[in-house]
Amino acid sequence: MKLPVYLGLLHKAEGTLAQSFRQVAEGHGHEPDVHFLCQALADQCQEHQQALQPIIDRYGEVDHDDEPERLQADGLQNTRSGPVGLLRDLQDLYLLASLVDITWTMIKQAAQGLRDKELLSIVNDCDGQTSTQLKWLQTRMKQAAPQALIAAK
Amino acid sequence: MVDRIAQIWGTRTPFGRGERWPVRVDQVLAQGVAESDVQRWVQSACVLCSNGCGIDIGVRDGIMVGVRGRAGDIVNHGRLGPKGLFASWQGVQNKDRLTRPLVRENGELVETDWDTAMERIVSRSRSLLDTKGPLSHGFYTSGQLFLEEYYAQAIVGKAGIGTPHMDGNTRLCTATAAAAMKESFGSDGQPGSYVDIDECDAMFLFGHNMAETQTVLWSRVLDRIDGPDRPRIVCVDPRETEVARHAEVHLAVRPGTNLALMHGLVRELFVNGWIDQDYIHRHTMNVDELRSTVEPWTPEAVADTCGVEAEDVRRAAEIFGTSERVLSTVLQGFYQSSQATAASCAVNNLHLLRGMIGKAGCGILQMNGQPTAQNNRECGADGDLSGFRNWENPDHVQELAELWNVDPAIIPHWAPPTHAMQIFRYVEQGSIEFLWISATNPAVSMPQLPRIRDILASDSLFLVVQDLYLTETAQFADVVLPAAAWGEKTGTFTNVNRTVHLSEKAVEPPGEARSDLHTFLDYSARMGFQQLDGSPLLDWNQPEDAFNAWKECTRGRPCDYTGLTYDKLRGGSGVPWPCNENHPDGTVRLYHDGVFPTDPEYCETYGHDLLTGATVGPEAYKAMNPAGRAIFKTAPYHPAHETPDEEFPLRYTTGRTVYHFHTRTKTGRSPQLNDAAPDAWVEMSVNDAETYGVTEGNIVRVESRRGHITAPVRVSDIRDGTIFAPFHYGYWDQSGTPDTRHRAANELTITEWDPVSKQPVLKNAAVRVTKIAEGTGPSPAPTTTASRPATRGKARRHLLPTAGGPAAQATESIAPVTAPTVATKEEQP
Repeated sequence: MKLPVYLGLLHKAEGTLAQSFRQVAEGHGHEPDVHFLCQALADQCQEHQQALQPIIDRYGEVDHDDEPERLQADGLQNTRSGPVGLLRDLQDLYLLASLVDITWTMIKQAAQGLRDKELLSIVNDCDGQTSTQLKWLQTRMKQAAPQALIAAK
Repeated sequence: MVDRIAQIWGTRTPFGRGERWPVRVDQVLAQGVAESDVQRWVQSACVLCSNGCGIDIGVRDGIMVGVRGRAGDIVNHGRLGPKGLFASWQGVQNKDRLTRPLVRENGELVETDWDTAMERIVSRSRSLLDTKGPLSHGFYTSGQLFLEEYYAQAIVGKAGIGTPHMDGNTRLCTATAAAAMKESFGSDGQPGSYVDIDECDAMFLFGHNMAETQTVLWSRVLDRIDGPDRPRIVCVDPRETEVARHAEVHLAVRPGTNLALMHGLVRELFVNGWIDQDYIHRHTMNVDELRSTVEPWTPEAVADTCGVEAEDVRRAAEIFGTSERVLSTVLQGFYQSSQATAASCAVNNLHLLRGMIGKAGCGILQMNGQPTAQNNRECGADGDLSGFRNWENPDHVQELAELWNVDPAIIPHWAPPTHAMQIFRYVEQGSIEFLWISATNPAVSMPQLPRIRDILASDSLFLVVQDLYLTETAQFADVVLPAAAWGEKTGTFTNVNRTVHLSEKAVEPPGEARSDLHTFLDYSARMGFQQLDGSPLLDWNQPEDAFNAWKECTRGRPCDYTGLTYDKLRGGSGVPWPCNENHPDGTVRLYHDGVFPTDPEYCETYGHDLLTGATVGPEAYKAMNPAGRAIFKTAPYHPAHETPDEEFPLRYTTGRTVYHFHTRTKTGRSPQLNDAAPDAWVEMSVNDAETYGVTEGNIVRVESRRGHITAPVRVSDIRDGTIFAPFHYGYWDQSGTPDTRHRAANELTITEWDPVSKQPVLKNAAVRVTKIAEGTGPSPAPTTTASRPATRGKARRHLLPTAGGPAAQATESIAPVTAPTVATKEEQP
């Protein structure tokens, strides 16, 4: 069974996203909404990791797989500055959150096949929050984009 | 005669549930003026708070010489509060008024003529539009202009320039009221009415110090309390306000914890079955999500987080759950605190759970702070689309384009409008280079003032300020335009409970001062803004032209004005909207049929996630199929972002006193009001004062991570661990700048806002306190209100009670006529 591979993928992706949200929160302290919300969303990602733990305890977690990793998603190591920098950083977060989101979806498919009610309920709680994270990122980027791309110095 | 500084609410006229509130006509005239000296009484309504009291302006020889309440007005039944009595007319008739435009020359503001000032504005505006485009322009307006002026400004911004960067100081005052109603009901629009005070059995005041912010409304409550079947009162406020003193249950929550309390109250309704299953089933959606979100919030959990007694949470919930008719009001204690929209939606949720909306005595009043805030929201001077239209709905954008005869592409609708704090951020970053501020004073009222001053002083910024006086903000301007004041121009405005009043011109403005409408029309003409057919974008000459255009904009919308005319508003009372063919006398309450404006084609918003502010979007919203049902919106509780720690161990909150409005531009120029509350103070509890070795009148330095203030201490009945400062005091009547002594409460506040309403969090921050001097006597805080000296504790100093003396005498005429009825057919359903 390869579910442990995906559990490992998800666990790692949530961790990467949490760390990246914190990075953006720190790097964009002059944008208070981004600053405070990214902190809260980082906490959410870590809660997702904790919520996964009982499932990992049951199925196990595989860090490495015989499938080679083609696309690396290591998260943000630094933040950019200025209006376009903010936009790019939020866009990177969007990519990382999309990876988390689609991984939850795959896990949900597996959970349905396994008729694993505990896992299904965790997926429902966590993936709903991940899609809200994506919606927020999109809302915030759409607001920032015209000013950053047209008027900013 | 009554001293209305000492007797804030005047003489009681008790009445019972379902009776009409008796008339009491309040009047004040300038010293030496007799009633027979008044040559004309000119109809208006008061702009010194959001209540919207009908008022007549007394004129002699072209000068305002006093005011009296309008006996037949449904809002106030003749009464006026201290601010209306003493500041409405004296606040604008002052030698300091701006009488000529000013322009900056070699760093100094110098007088000039209108042509020079306007050409300077227009040439900068045009060159920026040519080189940088419309996103270089921002507008920051007010909650104090007239409807006609906001509508003109909205059209100039949306269809002339095409910028989304337009907001009002309503963002600081009433944005959450609008946001909470939009999220719960699909559109802005006050469900309740003031007459619900006459009809209710219980009143909940959530973060609403009504006794000081809307004194005439509080008189109505006091008259019920003194009547035969007094309503039960519940107060949520960290201070021992006048409201708290009359409350059966006072929940003095820690600042920043409102949502936790609300979750506890909602949970109690579920747990005890105090809910209307049938109503919930037929008229609402998402109740299961609400139930699971509040589940952890037992009264004990609330007690722990909010610092109140679990038993008090139970008692409050029991009053809400078992009273036949409950009226709730909400204001800045919720709107300017953390998780503002979620906490305010929770009030809507309480009412929806019991089906107590749209019925006599079962109201919600999501209050406004300012007299014309409602019009700012309706017209879209806060950036929203005019007439409560939805920026995400292409049909709504098209409607406006047709109405204004412009290309729909010019109307900004690609993202939410830019809120005030973001506008200032764009100025800080240099991408907004043209900012036009009208009738508001951000240099005192916005959070984190050291930063705001730097922004207003930016080299890259061209700043236009339009005001009555040379405010702290105007001192930063490149061009200052002198505005005509209330009483010097004609227009309409709408109060908290949707009542529209006409305010007629009584006297000429001083010098060359002009109405804001005139100025916006002049700007539009000079800029050459056009409709598609080449005719001028705004071809109005008179305020009534603007009003007639506005009526067309509201046709078929929730705020329908089509049944109103200036003539209909003359002579009698104000009229609550919607007023149209179906409701020719106006409408007392909304949603009596349980049908809400949530239909996707009709709604003002598709809503947001309350924790993050993420937009729901059209597809997801349509899939929910709200179909006229109200929506239970909620979010998990999250602690405030700045909470006390070792370095800054106290919670800081800011607020109001009864004797002042905003930054005192008018009330500070009324001798009676200024004498009653002449200078800033800070409040500390008895226990905290002891801990810090401080007594009444000692001077302290209060410091946050962002700045400091120094002020004398009032030892009051505020909750332990909390420091309060009034936000009214700035620098115009000191040296004009904060160089000598910092006293503005917003020196300390944090730059942060609610994720949905974008209202700044002005009511919680962390501070530390240090005693720096003994002081020279008691603090100048009034003794008549929430700032009264502590009733507990030892070694209290005897303080002289606040009084107004001979100058503050007003007449009261009790029950000279019978009380007015409101929209007769609907008052008694």
